[in-house]
Parts: sequence; C-alpha cells; structure tokens
Amino acid sequence: MSRDATARAAVLARIRASLGVTGGEETRRAAVAQRLAGHPAGVVPEIGGLSGAGAVTRFREQLLAAAATLSEVATAAEVPGAVAAFLAARNLPARIRRGDDPRLSAMPWSPGLVEVATGRSHGDDLVGLSHVETAVAESGTLLLVSGPDNPTTLNFLPETHVVVVDAADVVGSLEEAIGRLRRRYGAGTMPRTVNLVTGPSRSADIEQRLLYGAHGPKALHVVLVGAAPPAAAPPS
Amino acid sequence: MTPMDSTSPAFKHNVDEALADAGLQRALGNVERGFVPKRRAAVDALPEFEALRDQGMAIKNHALAHLDLYLEAYEAKVVAAGGHVHYAEDAAAARDVILDICKRAGARTVTKGKSMVSEEIGLNDHLAANGIEPVETDLGEYLIQIRGEHPSHIIAPAVHLNKEDIEADFRRVHTHLPADRPLDEPTALLAEARGILRQRFLAADVGVTGANFLVAETGTSIIVTNEGNGDLTQILPRVHVVIASVEKIVPTLEDTAQILRLLARSATGQTMSVYTTLSTGPRRPEDPDGPEEYHVVILDNGRTAMLGSEFQDMLRCIRCGACINHCPVYRAIGGHAYGWVYPGPMGSVLTPALDGLDNSRHLPNASTFCGRCEAVCPMKIPLPKMLRHWREREFERHLQPATQRYGLKTWAFVASRPRLYRLATRLAAGFLGLAGRGRGRFASLPFAGGWTGHRDLPAPERSQTFSDLWRQRQNAKAGASS
Repeated sequence: MSRDATARAAVLARIRASLGVTGGEETRRAAVAQRLAGHPAGVVPEIGGLSGAGAVTRFREQLLAAAATLSEVATAAEVPGAVAAFLAARNLPARIRRGDDPRLSAMPWSPGLVEVATGRSHGDDLVGLSHVETAVAESGTLLLVSGPDNPTTLNFLPETHVVVVDAADVVGSLEEAIGRLRRRYGAGTMPRTVNLVTGPSRSADIEQRLLYGAHGPKALHVVLVGAAPPAAAPPS
Repeated sequence: MTPMDSTSPAFKHNVDEALADAGLQRALGNVERGFVPKRRAAVDALPEFEALRDQGMAIKNHALAHLDLYLEAYEAKVVAAGGHVHYAEDAAAARDVILDICKRAGARTVTKGKSMVSEEIGLNDHLAANGIEPVETDLGEYLIQIRGEHPSHIIAPAVHLNKEDIEADFRRVHTHLPADRPLDEPTALLAEARGILRQRFLAADVGVTGANFLVAETGTSIIVTNEGNGDLTQILPRVHVVIASVEKIVPTLEDTAQILRLLARSATGQTMSVYTTLSTGPRRPEDPDGPEEYHVVILDNGRTAMLGSEFQDMLRCIRCGACINHCPVYRAIGGHAYGWVYPGPMGSVLTPALDGLDNSRHLPNASTFCGRCEAVCPMKIPLPKMLRHWREREFERHLQPATQRYGLKTWAFVASRPRLYRLATRLAAGFLGLAGRGRGRFASLPFAGGWTGHRDLPAPERSQTFSDLWRQRQNAKAGASS
C-alpha cells in the first residue's frame, strides 16, 4: 500500500476501534446518507426570517454596521454613473477591473465615464468590481462565486472593492443563500471558491485596536440596485 | 516526540516569569477590555444563541459518532472535485506529506494562513530545514514569526505584544526601508506589513491554510478570517494545501451555518467574520484564477484516541478562544506560560491528550474551577469536568510529588468521614479563630506557605466552620420563608 493508503486505513481503523463500530452498520450508514441528502436547517434566527423590503432594510443596516458603504440606484443602467460618482468622491481614478458577468457587461459603461478592464487581477488594480450571487440580510454578507464572471482575485487584490447587489438577490438567512447555491450548482457540488464577505478587511492584532485594510480591500462599497430607497420603505 | 518543544514541564517557573513581566501584564489587559464585552454584546443581540449552542453541540456529537463515514463521504467529494486527500497519523507524517507536495511543486517560498494545526506539527521549522521559506501572513502570526516566538493565543497570536515591541521588530527586520520612517502609529505598522507581505503573496509557490470546517456534503474546506490573508494565500500560488485535524468534519452546509453563527460571536463579537471562504477542489478549466492543485492533509495526532473516551467532548471545540478570553488564569499569565501550542482551558484539556500527561501535568491544575470557560463555550464543552479527569489520571499514575499525594490521601480519608471531618474542621476553626483574634488574619502559617506566600489567610470569625455558617444560612432562609 502507498503511504497515503496505509495512513488512511490506520486512521479509519482507529476511529472505528474508539467508537466500537465496524463502519458497516446499516443504521449508521442510513443516518449519514439521510443527513447529507436532507441537510436539515436547524435553528434559523428570527432576524434571518425577513424577506422583501424587510430583508433589504436589515441588509442595509448590517452592511453599514460592518463598515461597508452604500449607494443606491433604481435600475442597472444607473450603476456606471453611481460607480463613477463613488470613485470621484474617494479621489480615485475613474478606472475599474471586472469579470465577464453578463449583468455587468450589459450596463452602459462609457470610456468617458469609467474606464473598464476585464479579467482577473494581478495586483495592479486600484478598484475591483463584482456582482454578487446573493446577499444575506441577517449579517449584511455578500456571497460571491469564483469563475470568469467574477474572478476571485478581484475580491482581494484591489484596495477598493465595489460590489453590485440586485435587491432581488437579497435573501433573509445564510440557509436561503445555501439553498440558492445548491439550486444553481446541483446538490453536493460547489464552484472552486465561494466568498462570504462581511465588510472590508481588518485586523486587531496590534493591541486589539481595530484597523481596516489588513491584506484585502481597505474599502468595500455596495451599489444596491432596484430597492426602494430607505426613506420610502414601509415601516417594518 | 514533541513537534514544538514543550516548556509545559516548567509551568511554575513560566508563571513566575509571566507575572513579573510588566510589558506582558500591560498587553494582557487588552484581552479583558477587548474580547469580553464584544462577545457579551453580540450574544445578547441574538435571542436564539442558547438554542444555537444546543444545535452546535448536537451537530458535532452526531459528526463525531459517525466520523468514519463522514470522512469517507468528504474524501469522495474532494476527489470528485479534482482535489487530493492525504491522511497523517502524527505530526511527523503530516510534515512529510506537506514537504513532499512543496518539493514536487518546486517551491521556494510558501505563504501560510493562520493555522494552529500547523503550529502543532511544527511545519515552519521543517520547511525551513529543507530549504523552503515559510512566510506567515496573518499579521499576528507574522509578528511572532519575525520574533522567533510561538502564538500566545489561538485567535490573537500576538496579544502579548505592545506596539512599541512591534515597532522595534519592524526596524530590526525591515532594514531596506528608511531608518527614520515614522512607525509610532498602529496604522503605520499595518501599512508596512501589508506592503511587505503583498510582495510575498504574489511570489509564493505554495499556499498553506488551516480549516475551520471540512464539509462532508460537498468536499469543501472553510476558513474564517478577518484580514483576507488566508484568501491571498490560497488563490495566488499554483498549489493550495489545507492542513486540518480529523474532528473538523461537519456533515452539511446547513450545519456549518449553525456553527458559523456561534463562532464569530464567541470569538470577536462579530455577527460574521469578514471573510468566510468555501474552497472546493482546484480551479475549474474556465476559471481565470485560483490554485491548479488542491490538497487536504487530515491529521490525527492523538485525536482518534480521545473518541469514545471521557475527553471526546473536547473534539467539539471550534477554536473560538472564548474560554481563553474569560479565564482568570490565562489573563494573569498569558499564553506562553502554558508551554505548548494551545493555551487556556481548552489547551489544558487538549495538551495532555496530544502531548502526553507526563509533559503537561501542571496544566490541568492551572484552574480555579470558576466555570466561566464552560459557561461561555459555544459548544458547551464541560472543560472543568475534563480538567478534573486529568487530575484523577495524574493521581492514578503517581505523577505528583509524594508530599502532595500524601496530603491528598489524608484529605480524602478525612473528607469521606463526615463525623471526623466535622470534628477536625471545628478544631481547626477553633484554633485559628483563637490564634487570629488580634489581627483577624495570618501572614504565615505552617503547611500553608503556598497560600500565605502571596496573600494573607483570613482567620475564621467566631471560630465557625463553613458547615456552621451554611447551616445558619439555610435556617435563616427557612425561617424567612415560613
């Protein structure tokens, strides 16, 4: 046997000896198969039970609590303008890098407004632009998936990360986000990387003081599309 | 065999040094000021926290009871996604597996995300001895790497340092930068580390991370960080190696979500840590970035022997550090005094299991049994009970000095005979009450030097024993309620 196979057999044998099992017990195998196939949800907190406008309101609050910033537009066509305004307000050059996400490609990017490069980052870009798969209201978390549409390097190498969130993609809980992922990729299958991002990079390793921009982006800005602005939201 | 040289046998000496270290004592103040109120606020803001603790405990108990089957399911999924799974029975095997992967990749430098298991197996020294440079990239881990130290806390490895220490280290090590640069602000220190480590990220050949979870349903490894260093470690190099211990297995993504709600709140008081990253296999053919190879090394190193024993509950630990942050002993002595990889209550239970009780017999005694560790543990691990189990084993195996054993035996003889006990305590209380009448306290007493060496012993008031006072109290209560 190879070294790996020998070690594998030894570890499994030791687990079975300690537990007093053989690994062949039908009830145990059935319990495992059932849990993997059924993936029960457990306790979903009340704060994760919101939907629609309520979920968007919670998402806004949590996003800001996590030290991200937010601008809102009514339609996807307004995103380039909102990105340009954000860059200007931060004194950043009007230049971004993004992937091939068709939702981003369909937006009216004009070179006079914002210069756009596409593809992964090699560390020379100041601003990365991504589109979320879903956003989680419970914790203000952005869920991004790897691939040519939204390369993972854009989430981490540029100093500023701008993320587009369609209000229709805001779900209440982490469990709902997982459910969507499972529907898109198939049960038991995942893309290479799923990033759950909650605010900009930070560290408290120096005397427990909270500092932003440790290794990942120093700033995280969300452009929320298609939600009624907070003032017009119905009271929840 | 000890991968990281243990100084646990010198625990008492370590404690004396830690208590006399003014810089350490100042830095330790940050633990209580920082972690404790943040956790409290986060827990109070989630009414379902207690229900989630029960869930977390049940999920881990179920996973441990079916660990062999979930491991097999997990492995099949990793392989289906194009990754490789390696098993390592002990630290030496894990080091060799990782070294082989690095050699095959022709690696010169290896970036590392924060991993306590990598500390446990002594990976950095092994790589360096074989001509491969390990670069720690978590800010705290980087600080202690350039100091030649080990982490003093499982989630805040450099919590024992003050910013003046860090400034001095940066000036000593980063000699290519102008000597007169200002570095007195923490932001300047962070910016300097970011700039230096960014170059290391881009140049690394292999990235090694730990894992908070291994998900059987999908073959996914998960890391939870705030800096983003674990992500740059795994998406930039050609090869990503995950080193994780065998009990990190959870069944499903939903189970992971339950425990994630406990983890960040218990650790740093966040609702979610900034980056929770789910990694499954190597990059896909169409992916423009991500590693081309993905390896998972699953480490046993003594854990399978804890299964089915009175220490099995310890395998539920999710390494949040809450027990450490709330431990009065840790907050007095810091992490290095414990002498090995894992400090505080969780370490005092784990270290004897992984590194042997002979090396670490002082650790289970380094507890006042105040119970705060168990009260804050998100996985409801009965830490004090397990510390007591280790003390019992220490006694059974005759590891204590003869005088201590004799004293304990005498105590047991008296304490298990109520009449004798009452007589003895009444005599002692009477004597102490009389002798201490004047000052009400003793500065020194025969056989009690361990106590009176550091503080006075109060004399019992009116020569009463604890049993007397207790009975009066119960009577008073009964009288008040009738």
